[in-house]
Amino acid sequence: MSVLLEVAGLTKNYDHFTAVDHVSFSVAAGETVGLLGQNGAGKTTTLHMILDILEPTGGTIRVFGKSFARNREEILKKMNFAASYVSLPGNLTVFEDLLFFSLLYGEANGKEKIEELIALFGLPEFRNRKAGRLSSGEQTRLNLAKAFLNDPLLLLLDEPTASLDPVIARQVRGIIQERQRALGTAILWTSHNMREMETMCDRILFLHHGRIVAEGPPEELKTLKEKPDLEEVFISLASEPWE
Amino acid sequence: MRMNWIRISGIVLRQMLLIRRSIHRIFELFYWVTLELFLWGFITIWLQGVADHDRHINFVLFLLGGLIFWDLFSRTQQTVATSFLEDVWSRNVVNIFAAPVSKGEFLTGLVIVSVIRGLIALGFVAILAFFLYHFRIWQVGFYFLPLVANLFVFGWALGFVIMGIIIRFGLSVEILAWSIPILIQPLSAVFYPVSILPDFLQRLAFLLPTTHMFEGMRQVLLRHTLPWENILWASLLNGVYFVFSVVFFGAMLRTAKRNGFLVRLSAE
Repeated sequence: MSVLLEVAGLTKNYDHFTAVDHVSFSVAAGETVGLLGQNGAGKTTTLHMILDILEPTGGTIRVFGKSFARNREEILKKMNFAASYVSLPGNLTVFEDLLFFSLLYGEANGKEKIEELIALFGLPEFRNRKAGRLSSGEQTRLNLAKAFLNDPLLLLLDEPTASLDPVIARQVRGIIQERQRALGTAILWTSHNMREMETMCDRILFLHHGRIVAEGPPEELKTLKEKPDLEEVFISLASEPWE
Repeated sequence: MRMNWIRISGIVLRQMLLIRRSIHRIFELFYWVTLELFLWGFITIWLQGVADHDRHINFVLFLLGGLIFWDLFSRTQQTVATSFLEDVWSRNVVNIFAAPVSKGEFLTGLVIVSVIRGLIALGFVAILAFFLYHFRIWQVGFYFLPLVANLFVFGWALGFVIMGIIIRFGLSVEILAWSIPILIQPLSAVFYPVSILPDFLQRLAFLLPTTHMFEGMRQVLLRHTLPWENILWASLLNGVYFVFSVVFFGAMLRTAKRNGFLVRLSAE
């Protein structure tokens, strides 16, 4: 499998603390890698640096074998992103929001794709409703529909199912997996839902105070830490005095 | 029902704490009244002078012309700044800057929106002014084209600078989107000739493209001639300010990416 994302020695320092500390990892085509860690561990900061909306203090990021310095538009055209803390413009309808982003991603004839995604994420009845009037779960599905507008080869998902009920969350995970298989998308996924991470991720990177302190497939981590599930692994890793 | 003064004091305290903690709220207490005093003071001084010496001047022409073209300028600047603010308010900033949109494409899109909105509003107000006051903005025809073009350019430049400041300092300075044009209005000689201003303010006014444009507007309305000198100065200043504004916006964006302000903006 070809490596789509390579991160080496990634570091982010602020005035009084280090948010991300020499983090290195890679994600291959078709692979799902989970970023786990407590609040403030550096997961979202890492995603923001990969998205080029936050400048690293040190280290390198190569996406599709290229750096952002000279290939920003080319890279972002084949990447996408969804997070629970961002919204699409609330004063546009679901269809209009997706059309807007379809154009931003350079898809001139995206209407067919938009209708397909609206159907896929269970949004047909909200097609002409303003996004600001959707429930948080519906907005989450709209964010995910936006994330698939450009058939991304690399997808960054920051707690993508945080506001979904268990039934919808399972459906959404199914859709993401199905799309991933079809497109060969590499996914970097953060979540506090341990069962979700166990189900979805091929590998887990556990971040603690900005550093990767454990990594491997969920089963391997459970065996290594002699714990029955990932939640216990999480608690165990978070409690260790890492220095 | 008896009013509970403890609850009332809670409401008052909340607002007073906000005022004490926020420079722009303290500033706002004095800002509008000072600028309005300047503006209306200079208008009054000019009208008084004209009433005494120069009775042939058509006030309606000058005041309505100033009003219409000032609206075009301030609307242009506000369209640029508030279009960006809408993305901040709807927590959409990260989505925009994580999309493959270049800085140039982003700014060009906002410029086009401001031209569309500005021309629609200009057309509407011109028709309204004709029916209400028989003010024919089109009677001077193409003479106004360079003036209008310069108003647009300065509106964009100011809009880009304000966006840059908001990216750097966040929503606490969003008031700038509406208040900056009011700050430069008294100096821009919109409703009176620049010669009314005291000498030191005239020197400051000279640095504003808007001053040259409104001086030029009065020449067009009065003499029906093209004010070359005003157009030249306005274009020159606009060229400098426009380049500066694009560089400034880029620098603020880079700073915001480096310090995490851009990410924080989406959480405000």
